[in-house]
Amino acid sequence: MLQILTDGLVIGSVVSLGAIGLSLTFSILRFSNFGHGELLAWGAYFALTALAMFAAVGGVAAAPIAPFSFGWPLLAAMVCAALLTALGVLALDWLLFKRLRRQGAITLVIASFGAALALRNLLLFVYGGIPQYYSQELQIAIPLLPRSVWGGMRITPDQLFVLGLTAVTVIGLHLFLKLSTLGRAMRATSLNPQLARVAGIDPERVLRATWIIGGMLAAVAGVFAGLTVQLRPTLGLDLLLPLFAAVILGGIGSVWGAVLGGLIVGLAESAAVSVVGAEYRAAAAFAVLIAILLIRPNGLFGEKA
Amino acid sequence: MVDLMSHLGGWLSYGSFFLVFASSFAIIVLGLNLQWGYTGLFNVGVAGFVAVGAYTSAILTTPETADRIGGFGWPVAAGWLAAMAAAGLAGLLVGAVALRLRDDYLAITTFGVAVTIQLVATNAQRLTGGPFGVQFIPKPLQGWLGTGTPWTLGYLVLTLALLALVYVALERLVRSPWGRVLRAIREDEAAAASLGKRAFFFRLQSFVIGSALMGLGGAVYAHFVGYIAPEDFLPILTFQLWAMLIVGGSGNNRGALLGAFVVWGFWTAAGGLLRGFVPQAEQARAAALQVVLIGVLIAVMLVMRPRGLLGEEVSVSRMR
Repeated sequence: MLQILTDGLVIGSVVSLGAIGLSLTFSILRFSNFGHGELLAWGAYFALTALAMFAAVGGVAAAPIAPFSFGWPLLAAMVCAALLTALGVLALDWLLFKRLRRQGAITLVIASFGAALALRNLLLFVYGGIPQYYSQELQIAIPLLPRSVWGGMRITPDQLFVLGLTAVTVIGLHLFLKLSTLGRAMRATSLNPQLARVAGIDPERVLRATWIIGGMLAAVAGVFAGLTVQLRPTLGLDLLLPLFAAVILGGIGSVWGAVLGGLIVGLAESAAVSVVGAEYRAAAAFAVLIAILLIRPNGLFGEKA
Repeated sequence: MVDLMSHLGGWLSYGSFFLVFASSFAIIVLGLNLQWGYTGLFNVGVAGFVAVGAYTSAILTTPETADRIGGFGWPVAAGWLAAMAAAGLAGLLVGAVALRLRDDYLAITTFGVAVTIQLVATNAQRLTGGPFGVQFIPKPLQGWLGTGTPWTLGYLVLTLALLALVYVALERLVRSPWGRVLRAIREDEAAAASLGKRAFFFRLQSFVIGSALMGLGGAVYAHFVGYIAPEDFLPILTFQLWAMLIVGGSGNNRGALLGAFVVWGFWTAAGGLLRGFVPQAEQARAAALQVVLIGVLIAVMLVMRPRGLLGEEVSVSRMR
């Protein structure tokens, strides 16, 4: 029973990081980006390529760091993936979204839907459809609670790493948005774009910052998904519904809302796996989505629209 | 002479296959055009509604099978009506939840519906046959026309007649006072509301009718192929249908028809080229490129010619 909790929090970490980026683009660019899942997938595969290049160039088969299944190369690869994904999403904005911004939100949604399909199939074309892994190392789960207490609780070192780094990232982002000038400009634009512009905030700069942050968080989330589950080209498509459910649950534009929403969706998924069975896991996010739309469509932390 | 005849026969059969597929897609795109082109409702789960129609008719009309619920052996026409009813009901449920909220929420909800329907189709083996799908879906008129080209041609005539019926009905509908209210709401909801038009109910009606047409298109497809499986209703289908509407020009029923035939032609031509020029081992990867190509087509169309090939009709009802 308690195992649901740890599994749910690990899934939830991936969903949370992805949902923060989606929520920020939703509130600042003012459209629901159906391509956001693909950023996670591309980030995960960028890291795989970087990892392979490190191994080829350095020739150093860096040994994994003590309890984890990975070593320094994966951390470096994660940084590369975050930068590449941010660059990629800026390029996509320049190529497509920027040109459509004046045509209204729904045109942007259609365009993002098209971009998602093209990006996903490009991934399939480049990397093939077979699931891949960052490491072949096997991991022994650490028992947190013995089996006698509600079925016990176990966690692998990698999962612990994901939970820890997610917490650090979220707190860092919170401080950035609260304290830095750029962060305050982003929050101002999200609340009232006209007033922000009058106050001398450059909207294009805010948009770029939003894409960069969203892209980097998505890449990290993608690497986490690859690390704890596996890499496959449909990774982004499979996560899209949980991401949207988390964003709406938390309230559009709220960072802590997205985090909480992500964790709830993660817990719902892992509960669904043990109650209904793994094949209906994706329906859990849909159930959460419908429930929140019926009960509280502005989300837990949303402003009244 | 015999050679020429067989060539002609081959072309005739190939051409009518192409046209049946394109026309069943055209029925779906007309439904989508009612939702998006005339009402401004963004449906990202079209494949889900098509699947509901296809599966409903398939389950009701197939002969009894041992390992599956259903197989009621209904007449095909009854199956098609049930397909429309089931897809319309799905539209009613989705609309009741999402149409009161902001635009994006409808998109996200319909996306979720399509994902969930895909899950049910894959996993509810007792009902849908699971990954193996539903087989032996009856082909209407077959007792009469046999199995070869005459049947394909006969089915083509049936599909075209249905398409014409849907087209004429929709044209009358969007030119009626009801259609004018839809566009009024799409353009300025507050103004329409001040004239006493309750936006939610008009939107819901439009969404349900559009969904029912998607179900009908799915059923027409299912009974032509005779076999359906979950992978027939992946998000790529939604995307192809959207490409048809955007290329043809939304807000214009003739545009929707044109788009269906043009994009399906583009799609089959691209597929044929890839099959012809790419070695056998690489074809699975090349198929991914085919999808990328259509994704780029939709993006280019949105940027370069956002109104589509035909564009929206500016005035649909003449002043009298």
